[in-house]
Parts: sequence; structure tokens; C-alpha cells
Amino acid sequence: MDLFQFSRAESVAQAVAAGAESPTAQQGAQVRFVAGGTTLLDLMKLNVERPQRVVDINKLPLDKVERTADGGLKIGALVRNSDLAHNEMVQKDYAVLSQALLSGASAQLRNMATTGGNLLQRTRCVYFRDTAMACNKREAGSGCSAIGGFNRMLAILGTSEQCIATNPSDMNVALTALEATIHIQGAKGERSVPIHDFFVVPGSTPQQENVLEPGDLITYVTLPAPAAGSKSVYLKLRDRASYEFALASAAVVATVEGGRLKRVRIAMGGVGTKPWRMVEAEKALEGHAVNEGTLHKAAEAALRGAKPQSENGYKVELAKRCLMYAVKQATQAV
Amino acid sequence: MASIEEVVPASIIGTSLARVDGPLKVSGGAMYSSDHNFPGMLYAVPVCSTIAKGTITSLDSSAAEAMPGVQAVYHRKNIGQLFRAAPPVGFSGLIDERRPPFEDDVIRYYGQYVAVVVAQTFEQAMAASAAVKVSYAGEKPDVSTTLSSDEKPKVDTTRGDADGAFASAAVKVDETYVTPVETHNPIELHASVAVWDGKGFTLYETSQAVGNHREVMAQMLGVPLENVRVISRFLGSGFGGKLWPWPHCLLAAAASRNLNRPVKLVVSRKMMFQNVGHRPLTQQRIRLGATADGMLTSLQHDSLNHTSILDDYGEGCGEATGYLYSTANLRVTSGLVRRNVGNPTAMRGPGAVPGLYALESAMDELAIKLKMDPVELRLKNEPKLDESLGIPFSSRHLKECLTVGAEKFGWSQRKAGVGAMQRDGLTLGWGVGVCSWIAARIGCEATVELKADGTARVACGTQDIGTGTYTILAQIVAEKAGIPIEKVEVVLGDTKLPAGPISGGSWVTSSVIPAVADATQKAMQTVLMAAVQGKDARFAGKKPEDLVFSGGRVQVKGGSAETSVAYAEVLRAANLGGVSGTGKSEGTFGVPPKVSQHSFGAQFVEVTWQPATARLRVNRVVTVIDAGRVLNTRAGRNQIEGAVMMGVGMAMLEHTTYDQRNGAPINSNLADYVVATHADTPQIDVTFLDYPDLSLNEYGARGIGEIGLAGIAAAITGAVYHATGVRVRELPVRIEDLLGGTARA
Repeated sequence: MDLFQFSRAESVAQAVAAGAESPTAQQGAQVRFVAGGTTLLDLMKLNVERPQRVVDINKLPLDKVERTADGGLKIGALVRNSDLAHNEMVQKDYAVLSQALLSGASAQLRNMATTGGNLLQRTRCVYFRDTAMACNKREAGSGCSAIGGFNRMLAILGTSEQCIATNPSDMNVALTALEATIHIQGAKGERSVPIHDFFVVPGSTPQQENVLEPGDLITYVTLPAPAAGSKSVYLKLRDRASYEFALASAAVVATVEGGRLKRVRIAMGGVGTKPWRMVEAEKALEGHAVNEGTLHKAAEAALRGAKPQSENGYKVELAKRCLMYAVKQATQAV
Repeated sequence: MASIEEVVPASIIGTSLARVDGPLKVSGGAMYSSDHNFPGMLYAVPVCSTIAKGTITSLDSSAAEAMPGVQAVYHRKNIGQLFRAAPPVGFSGLIDERRPPFEDDVIRYYGQYVAVVVAQTFEQAMAASAAVKVSYAGEKPDVSTTLSSDEKPKVDTTRGDADGAFASAAVKVDETYVTPVETHNPIELHASVAVWDGKGFTLYETSQAVGNHREVMAQMLGVPLENVRVISRFLGSGFGGKLWPWPHCLLAAAASRNLNRPVKLVVSRKMMFQNVGHRPLTQQRIRLGATADGMLTSLQHDSLNHTSILDDYGEGCGEATGYLYSTANLRVTSGLVRRNVGNPTAMRGPGAVPGLYALESAMDELAIKLKMDPVELRLKNEPKLDESLGIPFSSRHLKECLTVGAEKFGWSQRKAGVGAMQRDGLTLGWGVGVCSWIAARIGCEATVELKADGTARVACGTQDIGTGTYTILAQIVAEKAGIPIEKVEVVLGDTKLPAGPISGGSWVTSSVIPAVADATQKAMQTVLMAAVQGKDARFAGKKPEDLVFSGGRVQVKGGSAETSVAYAEVLRAANLGGVSGTGKSEGTFGVPPKVSQHSFGAQFVEVTWQPATARLRVNRVVTVIDAGRVLNTRAGRNQIEGAVMMGVGMAMLEHTTYDQRNGAPINSNLADYVVATHADTPQIDVTFLDYPDLSLNEYGARGIGEIGLAGIAAAITGAVYHATGVRVRELPVRIEDLLGGTARA
């Protein structure tokens, strides 16, 4: 770990001003905000993140969960994962989010980790976390060691020749299925970005993981009002029963009417370089009865673009089963 | 001070007792090695090679040396002389990586130490370690996981004509089983705190064997044995990985001597995967031949394991194969294959654990071929004596382990076909495995002092590695002297104490009993002498042989209990602070055995299988153990429960992967090397048969640290087959193995 300067932001404006001094808000940022610290401090100890300045944002008034005027939910960026998971409104209207949060990390980590921090959680790819190894995400142009290496946990969707790292978050998968909006205070003012557009695939610039610019501070996440009669589910498949990242996971929000799926939103984790919205699968299911036939069709559609690596070919089949079973659960077919 | 009212149980041997060191541990009072701090102490952080094979071409430490707080950067040219340890004799001089650090510029495994930075703070040392510039001439390392023997395998044991009998057998199994590299991951990292006083060393080490550690360090540091003291009061577990010294111990000690300051070095989790041993990759071919009615006619067990470039570590997979079953024709061979890996070392149940996974898996496959109940197959092949040595067993109740276990598990409800059993929408799989482990004694000594304040103190240079040794020693003294266990102070983990056994092989309990019992007897005898010596003695005029020491009190033989006197009072009357006795245990190693001393057990497993999600979980495990008399059922049960949990990890999760391109153990962290969590822990039922094995010691105790891990993996893979139809012959069982499993649900 390098020496760094530490300060506490007293206001959002102060934090934004500090952040704006960094040439980038992505990998290699010289100014980093710290809230729970569950990702950042790890990476600083590993010399993967080497900020010169760390700005503590824990004092900012962004720790509330509130109803919005349109019946949705406004979640402050500093709301802890454990508080959000156990929030009554979340449990009642957005079960998928509560389930996803509780399936992630450990109780201790969830007590520290925040909503904004979880959105920015970095990949667990071992090559990213080891400065002795080549990694385009950590050091642009150095190469991707994961291709042809230890990639059992890594992505099969949204990969490129430069990067196959998985987005490890469970929360992000649920937020994607819930069509959340990310609210950002930046140097040039406020803006909001649909979660689908917030994350970017690696392409030839894997060091760029989202649309954040220097000075940008995530302030809130909003969720639309729950669709009437909808049910949601998060299913996470992994090697052990707790405290492990997903091999494949699925967040499903579904509304069944007259024996047919009226509306369904599906996102998957553990398979994509970003939380992966399964639009094709949704199309294959909407308007249809849920049965083995439609489920298979949806699963096929979802994984059509999958590109397995040397060790993760199993994820194609596993993800299909995960999607099918989660849709079944969300539509109460099981 | 003891009072008349205190009730001493007739025997506390075989009861359920909480750890005497428990309060210290849960209150943070137990001093683990890295908890020791000293004025002026410095922190050392090693620099690890980033290649697995090749040579160092240059090493530039100038930038690191100029960094804040840095006191020194040591490497081959300036560490000073370090020696190799002499060849071991018995249980002394043991070390698995014999080359001292920095001996040459050759790199033989990934992460090998090439330098060490010493600084005022840990953070400064960490930062500077990253600034040491090392250049290498690298070569392609060999970390291949396919093994073929470099040399002719050696025959470990043989009888009859194994090849001929196999060739003509009515039913045969011929399969190869693979167990992966497993890394010891105790919570406590390896650590050394070295204090040089200008002449000698006091070394606070994470050691399972302080006596051996001292001998090895004295030799390698080139100082007289008496100038080294090694302390290991508490261990945050070791699982065998902390039996012998590793190179970081030398780095800490050498730095302390060079700088004349105390130095602390704590190995990182990543280094745990590189520099301090692992259970080696094993590849084992098992050939079984049987008659149509299931009598074994031939058993061949040919195992290979990888070892490092410089050192020979033989896993000994066939350890239990020679005596477990009755068969006239048998051959067990083993061979080594060199790889660019750090040297392997003992991991809980070395040899028998991977070996019995292979043998017991093959037995399960044989039972399926024979269409025979796998429990029945084992009962049928029970030997009458150890056919490998031709001597009787001291105490063997494997058949009872199997029948009691079957009863407890409900084995009679078993339906044999794949996927034949269902419950709550899940497919069930049932499996069984037999376990066994060697019983032995290591020669050792202990001192017991009975003190005038009514307490007792027992000292032995062995270690408590988290298994309950503190408690066991207190129990023996309490039992022998007839005093409450709370009155017994236990002192362990220091080379200043009488030489104790290594904490390995599940041998501590059986070894210390004779020594501690003998020492207590001698101290009691001295109390009797004090009771009669001198005019003012409590029993002046009597002879020691007229008296009896019982229940912590001294009285005249045959006299009434009212005339008894607490030993504390006897000592005070004689103005003695305390009296002590030293006792000895004789080792069993190197003595031709008259009886075959082993523990046995049977493990029954239920898994649940959900094909729709490819989710397989170990749900229920019943274990029955025949390990002699269990001195403390709570500590004993705890050992088996922990072993079962570790077995779930071995069978389903643990697997160190080497990047084939650069030789790095690549999943060197606890997120990518997953061990079983509490959520993975099945319902665990433990039964001890509790037949004393009096060939070992007066209580008949054998030791139970390792046996609980020896049957579980085969039982799990058997259950996995039963549920899914997939036979996994390469551990661990992974989700990708199971995707093709049967979908009958």
C-alpha cells in the first residue's frame, strides 16, 4: 500500500470537488471515495488501487430509504447492504433485492458495504488482483492472463479479447431486473442513468467499467413502483452454501395474468462482464404460459451469445438451469 | 486451598469437559505467536519470486532501502551464513524444505523467497517489499497434474501373487483416483517472532513441534542447541502444516541477529499457498479382484504423488491398505514425481486420507459390480489379524463400527439403484466409507508439581494445536492426584519444559498419558515421604509405605478417613513450597511391534441432489469411531465433527490450482480456495465405541485428531454416485461433473 492523504467530506459538493481533481474515475483514479471500504481497502493493500487521496463520504446525508412520490423507492448511496436487505419496504415490494443482498458476502461485510459501493464492486478475477500478472483492466495494454488461465469463475457474456472478468455483485443483478436508475452528482451537475446504461462492457477498454467521470458521486438509486401482482426471486448457484460468489445467478421479476406471463424482467449474475439483462429471454416468455417448452426457449435465447473459456464451459448449461428454475419460482410454478 | 467439602468425581477420564484454556481463548488472553511484541521490534516481509523455474539474474534493493522506515533488505549476498539441517534421526531434525532460504539463485517454485525487507512498521515493510526489483531468466515450469513416475516405484508391502490373482479374478475393478493439491488453511497464519539477545535466540513460532523446531533452527542458524529456545503456547490450528520449520522462520531469526533487534514475520495468506507446504497431488490406481460372492482375492494399490524439485515427500497413500481387508494377494507401491512446486508436507491424516479415498471408492465400485451392499462387502472381508505384518490387532472393532453406524444411519432403508431414493422433491444419495489411522506413542517426559497451596502444575514440551491437549493433561493429573481439574495448571509449548511429543499423527494423548501419570505418582510419593520426614511431620514416626495418597489427601493405610490430611497441609507442615516428579513415556517407534495398533471407523453419508439446479449438498453424516478410550468426549466429538466438516471441503470444494503457464498457485486466497462454511456443515452424528486399547497406555486411549477425515470423501463420492449416477474419481466433486447427472427427480 502506498501512502495516501485522507480527508472527510462534509458535503456532497466537497466530495465532488475533491473527486474532480482525479484524471479518471475509473481504474487508476488518484482520488477515491471510501464508504464501507470493503472493496477499496482490499485493493489498496494489494497495490491494485493506488489513490493518492481517499475521501471518506460516510458523513454525507445519503443513508435513507424513502418512498418516492410515484410509489417507487429512493435508496441513499450510503445505505448499508444489511439495512437495505432488512428494510420492510424492500422485503415487501422488492424481495429480489433483499434476497440478492443476503446471498452476498458475509454478515460482517454486509454491515459495512454500501449501496453505492456495491454498484462499484470490482471483479474477483485473480489476475486483476495480482500485480505480478498481466491484466488489461488493471494496467491497460498489459494483456489478459485470464484467457487460457484460471477462468472457471469468469464471464461467458459480454467478454472481449481484452477482458473476461465477471461483475461479482449480487445486488447489481437484482437492481438490473428491477430497472433501477442511478443518480449521480457530478462536477457539471446532477444526472440520472438507467442501470442498464451505467455499466459498460469491457471491449478494448476494460479499465472502464461504468460511465462515471472524475468528480461523479453516486447519491441515490431509485426503483420504479412495483408492478401490481408481481413476484420476484433471486436464485444463486454456487459451490458452497454461503459466502461465495455466484457461478450463475438469476433475478426475476414476473407478473402472471390468466396463466400467462404478462411481464417479466430477468437479469443474471456470475455470467456477464456486467450484470446481464436477458432481454431476449424476456421476449420469449412474455405473453406465454410458463412451461418446459417456453422455459427452454427462453434459456436458449438468453445464452445464445455465450462464449465459454477454457474452464467455464459448464456455465452455459448451469445458467440455463438457473434461469429456468428462477422463472419457475417467480411464477410459482414450483 | 483445598477444603474438605470439595467433591472430587471418582474419575474425570471419559467425561465431557470444557476446555481448560477456553476462557483465555474467548477473552483474547491466549497469546498466539504473532501476538508477541517487544520494544524495538521490527517487521519483516519477504519478497517472493514471480517465476516458478529459472534463475535470478539481478536483484536491486536500492529503491526499497531508501524508503521510509526500512532497516535492511536481505538477500543471498548479505543475509549471512545459513546452513542446511543434518539428516533427521527419529523425530528430530525434521524439516520438509531442507534448503535454507537464499542458498542459491535458482528458483524452483513460484513464490520462493528471494529477499526480505525489514522495516519499523509492517506497512513500511510491505511497501518496500514491492519496490525490490528482481530480474529472472525464466524457464517453463512443470506443474502438470498428470503424473507418471520419474523412477521405479518402490514396493511398500506385498504378499502372495497380486497380478496372477487379479488376472484370474471373477470380478474386477481397475480405476485411477486423483486427489488434488490441498492447502492447509488454519485461521492463524504461520508466524515467527525472533528475539536475538547477542548470544542466543528466543523464537515465538507457530509450531506443532517445539523440540524439533529448536534442533533444526540451531543447526540452520549455526548456534549451539542450548542457545535456542522455542515457544508455541497456543496454535490457531496447524493441520500438519506447522509440524516442521519453514524458510520464513530462518528469515526472521537471521534478520533479528543481523540487526540485533526483535523481528516479527507473519506469512501472508498468499504465501500460505506457496511457501509452507500442502497436501500433494496424488494419482492412485487401485485394482481389486474378487470372487463372485465378494471375497477379495487381489488388491493392488499403486500411488504416485508430486514432490518438489529438491526434496522427497512421500504421501504414503497405501498406509492402511495392507491391513484393512483380508486378501491373500496384495501389493502396495508408491512413487514420486518432481514438479516446480513448494515441498508438500503432512496434512491431517497424511497418506491414509487420500489413500482411503481411493481404496474405499474402489470398494464401493466393487460392491456395485457385485450387486452387493457395500457394508456387507466390507464385513465379508474383515481380516482376523494384520495380514501385512502377520500379527494380531491390539483392539479392532471395525465390524461393530459398520453395524452400529448402519443402524444409526438407517442403512436398512437403502434402495440401491441410482436416483432410487427421494425426499421432499430432492434425490437422496447414500454412501459409506471405512476409516483407519495408526496408533502409536512417541517417547516423552513430563513434570508434575504438587504445591503447598493445594494446586498442581504439569509441564510438558508438547503443544496444544487446538485439539484439547491442555485439558487432557489437566484431566490426567486431576484423576491421579484426586484433585479438582480447576486446581491443575498446565504449561506447554516451550523447549525449556521436559521434552514432549510432536503434535502430529494423533499421538499426543497416547504418548503423554504414561509420562504424566508416572510424574504424578512420583510427586505423590514424595508427598508421602515429606509426610513422615522429621519430628514435626504430620505423620512422624510412620513410614511412607504405611501411608496412602488418595483424593488429594494423605492418610494411614486402613485408617479412618477423618484422620486424612490434605497434601497441601502436609507440604506446609514440612515447609515445602511443592514437590515434583518427572515421568517418562517410552516410544513405540523403532521397536518391532507385537500387536498392530490402529484406530478404525465407519462413516455414512447422505447427500441431497436437485438436478434442476445441479445443487448437491452433504446433508447428514453418521460416524462411528473405534479409537480406544476417549478421555474427554467433548473434545473427542469436536475432533470428529471438525474432521467431517473438513471432509466436506475435501470432497466437494478444496483444490489448489496451479497456473500451468507460470506455475503460480493461482487461487491463493480464501475466496478462490473455498473451504466448507458452517452453512455447508451437515447434521453430524458421532459415536465412540470406547473399547480401551490397553496396549498403548493404562487408560487405553489412542488419539482421534485425524481418523475422522479418512473415510468421509469416499463416502461422499459414493453417495454422489448413488444420487446422480456420476462417479467422480478426481476430487473435488464439482458442479461441472454433475451437470450430466441423472434428472430423475
